[in-house]
Amino acid sequence: MSMSQEYVELFKAKEQLLEKASPSFMMNIREEAIHQFGKTGLPDHKSELYKYTSLQKLFEPKYNMQLQPSNVEFRVEDIFNCDVPNLQTRLEIILNGFYKVNGTALTRLDNGIIIGSFAEALRKYPELVKEHYAKHAGFEKDSLVALNTAFAIDGLFIYVPKGQVLEEPVQVVHLPMTGYDTMLHYRNLFIMEENASAEVIVCDHTLSPFRFLTNSVTEIYIGSGAQFHYSRIQNEHLNSNLLTNLFIHQEADSTVRSNTISLHGGLIRNNTNVLLNARGCNNETYGLFLSDKNQHIDNYVNIDHAKPECTSTQLFKGILNDQSTGAFNGRILVRQDAQKTLAYQTNNNILMSDEAKMNSKPQLEIYADDVRCSHGATTGQLDENALFYMQSRGIPRQEARLLMLYAFAHEVIEKIQVTPLKDRINHLVDKRLRNELSRCNNCSMACGDLPIPD
Amino acid sequence: MLSIKDLKVIVAEKEILSGINLDVKAGEVHAIMGPNGSGKSTLATAIAGRDVMDITHGSIKYMGENLLEMDPEERAKKGIFLCFQYPVEIPGVSMVNFMKTAVNEHRLFNGLEPLSAGDFLKYMREKKELVEFDSQLTNRSVNEGFSGGEKKKNEIFQMALLEPKLAILDETDSGLDIDALKIVANGVNTLKNKDNATIVITHYQRLLDYIIPDFVHVLYDGRIVKSSGRELALELEEKGYDWIKEEAGRQEK
Repeated sequence: MSMSQEYVELFKAKEQLLEKASPSFMMNIREEAIHQFGKTGLPDHKSELYKYTSLQKLFEPKYNMQLQPSNVEFRVEDIFNCDVPNLQTRLEIILNGFYKVNGTALTRLDNGIIIGSFAEALRKYPELVKEHYAKHAGFEKDSLVALNTAFAIDGLFIYVPKGQVLEEPVQVVHLPMTGYDTMLHYRNLFIMEENASAEVIVCDHTLSPFRFLTNSVTEIYIGSGAQFHYSRIQNEHLNSNLLTNLFIHQEADSTVRSNTISLHGGLIRNNTNVLLNARGCNNETYGLFLSDKNQHIDNYVNIDHAKPECTSTQLFKGILNDQSTGAFNGRILVRQDAQKTLAYQTNNNILMSDEAKMNSKPQLEIYADDVRCSHGATTGQLDENALFYMQSRGIPRQEARLLMLYAFAHEVIEKIQVTPLKDRINHLVDKRLRNELSRCNNCSMACGDLPIPD
Repeated sequence: MLSIKDLKVIVAEKEILSGINLDVKAGEVHAIMGPNGSGKSTLATAIAGRDVMDITHGSIKYMGENLLEMDPEERAKKGIFLCFQYPVEIPGVSMVNFMKTAVNEHRLFNGLEPLSAGDFLKYMREKKELVEFDSQLTNRSVNEGFSGGEKKKNEIFQMALLEPKLAILDETDSGLDIDALKIVANGVNTLKNKDNATIVITHYQRLLDYIIPDFVHVLYDGRIVKSSGRELALELEEKGYDWIKEEAGRQEK
């Protein structure tokens, strides 16, 4: 049986369970998605999009598909603290792909803001979910999204109504923690109505030493004039593999800024898809990754300038050590209608060892004639002249390297607007560069010594 | 303080220094002059410890120790300072962070407590005034976007902060207008005392009007072909280098 067929069979076997968790409109979408996946399967090495990241190999080992919430007899918050000092956040935990209920599954604040379990939102506000679910993350041409759409049951849901501001940033901690090799699918849906504003921080960690494969989809709708800031810190162990699929739909004069900081992990592939669907949108997509050992980190960004007078900026930086490999593929599509587009893209990488490898591929497709677009990519080593200059002032070579790497990384970190978060990430990157963050977590827990939920 | 004996250096398979002898004592100022390509900068970087060259013969002793066995940072902490001919821009590394790290590495080496951020800023202000360094420049990344003159003044400022025993000025006068030249020379003279020494590498005698050398050496074709007092610099200014080349040529035969 082919790999894709195995998932079709699994879907059939679990159909009742999935049906129980889905209203009929959603079950129809699930069936379409699994049908699609069965037809196309996973992209192979011939696919341009996955040229540098082999999904076939990643899906080869046997995983248990997590389709039910885990029972935990302790508060995850008590043993794990993804701490950002001086920052008051609303903490939400996604444990093994399911929203961890702590009191109520879904909270409706006085100003109409709704935050909580995606599965619960489906039950309580099906119309709201229906309006956006699977509308931004198309699965017709994307196998990972198809697989997620077929199997994902829960995740985080945020709804900010017109003109409302989510005062406290939401911090979502995504934690795989099982006693066996596990595949996880979870689904986030964030809806920002007209002139709404919110800040979301996502932390990816692992709390048990098994092999994990997470395939997440996050759909974000940004209404006219809305503002959304999204920061992501990925810090997992070497056996943990992360596939993230982010879909952002922007309406007129909206602003979105996202920062993805990949500190540690086995294999990480971040897909960021942005649709600038009306005039005057501003999108900034930033990324920084630090890899060593045999890690592999691949960032794919696709910015679709569908309408005129929008601005997009991409800046991705990588520091690669040991035998690690990285890839960056940034596509800017400027459609015929999108006059007066400003689109910029930069990718800079530093190779710290002879064996590290980076593939960088900028792609510009421009069909409008009055636009300003630029792209540039560099991959190199630290400047020997600068290192010697610092040494000649008494700074040890190792410290000089750190100063330069830190300066290199800083350009991305400084784009984070929340100061306490920026400070925290500065600290983590500094520790990572000093090799003091060789374990996945910054928590005090020794991963693997924890009680493991059923 | 510094004793160079029969130093031979190969850079990119070409012999650049072919037997240099030089003795520098505390309190002295030595000028090393010579035409383009004579090996002046190679000599400076050999003392500072750049490892892009092969030292095939000879020795460099500094305060009685074998300098050639030390890393550049160790040489720096023991008091050697090179004023770069082309100071390097380091985007993203702030001047303050850079010099605070350097000063505290020196202090650590000398068994002193590191300076706190506040104390360092105070120390930096004093030194800025001493060498007339524009206070705005320390808010920027190291040398980034500095003009030619600002870069050279920054070298003197760093020298003031690190208080070296042996300063080597590699063509510090190149690209400077007369006002900047005076400020740079003033800085060097202010920092000079009986316990430290200075090697001034220059193409022109102009700088030596402001920094008065005790000895002048002419480097040609990888050798010191003439050493004398200050008057030699004036003679070179007047007559150029051709007569030196001829003399050296005759000696060859």
